[in-house]
Amino acid sequence: MAVSTNDIANELTACHDCDLLHRVEELPRGGVAKCSRCGAVLYRHRVNSLDRTLTLIISSFVFYLLANVYPFMSFRLEGRVQTCTIFTGVVDLWSAGMWFLASLVFFASMLAPLLKILGLLYLLVPLRLDRLPWDLELSHRIVHALHPWGMLDVYMLGVLVAIIKLSGLATIDLGIAFHSLVALMVLTTAATVTLDPQDIWERLEVRR
Amino acid sequence: MSSTGSHALTAAAAGLVSCHACHKLWKPARTPAGSRASCGRCGATLHRRKPNSIARTSALLTAAAILYVPANVYPVMTVTFMGKGEPDTILSGVEHLFAAGSWAVASLVFFASIVVPVLKLASLSFLVISVQLRWTWRPKDRTGIYRMAEFVGRWSMLDIFMISILVALVKLGALATIEAGVGATAFAAVVILTMFAASSFDPRLIWDSLEQDSLEVAT
Repeated sequence: MAVSTNDIANELTACHDCDLLHRVEELPRGGVAKCSRCGAVLYRHRVNSLDRTLTLIISSFVFYLLANVYPFMSFRLEGRVQTCTIFTGVVDLWSAGMWFLASLVFFASMLAPLLKILGLLYLLVPLRLDRLPWDLELSHRIVHALHPWGMLDVYMLGVLVAIIKLSGLATIDLGIAFHSLVALMVLTTAATVTLDPQDIWERLEVRR
Repeated sequence: MSSTGSHALTAAAAGLVSCHACHKLWKPARTPAGSRASCGRCGATLHRRKPNSIARTSALLTAAAILYVPANVYPVMTVTFMGKGEPDTILSGVEHLFAAGSWAVASLVFFASIVVPVLKLASLSFLVISVQLRWTWRPKDRTGIYRMAEFVGRWSMLDIFMISILVALVKLGALATIEAGVGATAFAAVVILTMFAASSFDPRLIWDSLEQDSLEVAT
């Protein structure tokens, strides 16, 4: 086929689940393009991806800071109180010698969400100001690679189960950090939905 | 959209490679042996299929299956209440929850910590075998199984996070203490390994088996 590479790239896309080639078409508002053979989502129509995602990410960052600074939960039994932050569990596991567990919980519940927020800020702020972030390609790939590792929603469910387990025995008080973490979870999930990776790649190509 | 007839064109059949990071299609030029082509847009290494997909996925699944034994045999958590302590495995923890009447929570933990890992191991193994034997059985359903396995895997971390919170909160000396056990480390490793296994499996291999003129898709 004597087709130049650019023609191919701008007209066709391959399904990432079954490799079938599809012609790229304009989507109506809110539309989703699915693979005709296996049903995988190829691409979506997103409105104003850059601004919306940026707003969500900036608010996420604020809540992340709150979640780290304020107390998370406290446990009251027979007059004794034990308060913890989101960091306490990690520190306790580490000092008990469970390094792998401590690192994993730290990474999945604290570090990955932070890296994702910072990564997106690093990408989107310059783009919003019509500039190119240095090493955009690498940072965009890192943000995408981190996606399955942000486990805040699983973390919150784990917290919920812990609360239910303990509520029979003692009184549980939820701190500001808890509510901030819930907000953070909602906002980062929303940011994942509003972010359009194709839009970012296209802006990169236009700038060059 | 292209047609779905038996002569549907895949990127591989057309000699094109899709970048796994930014999804741009490329027609790779001949590169000297041993070197790899990079995506011109985002710099990621181009692979027609995920490199060594079957080998990697099989190795990770085997390791996960092996570690699943200590994860269930060794205690994941020890609760010491009023001086009386008993180590709990995943299963005994679920039993306690049922006995205490928290049926919803018990079912949730049972599902996340036992059903999900087992199903994930079983389904991914099934997919790997089906690709190795070049089956053509229901590719769309098999792709659906893959998507399910990939999506649901992270929820098994539920138990691990719950333990970390309990350990952080319940530190009231002789009155009440909770400690994490070795079983938790093994279980966490199982979850991580199955997550990596799902991401190293290339679902396109399922569809490659259907190609009439089979392509050599080794990378």
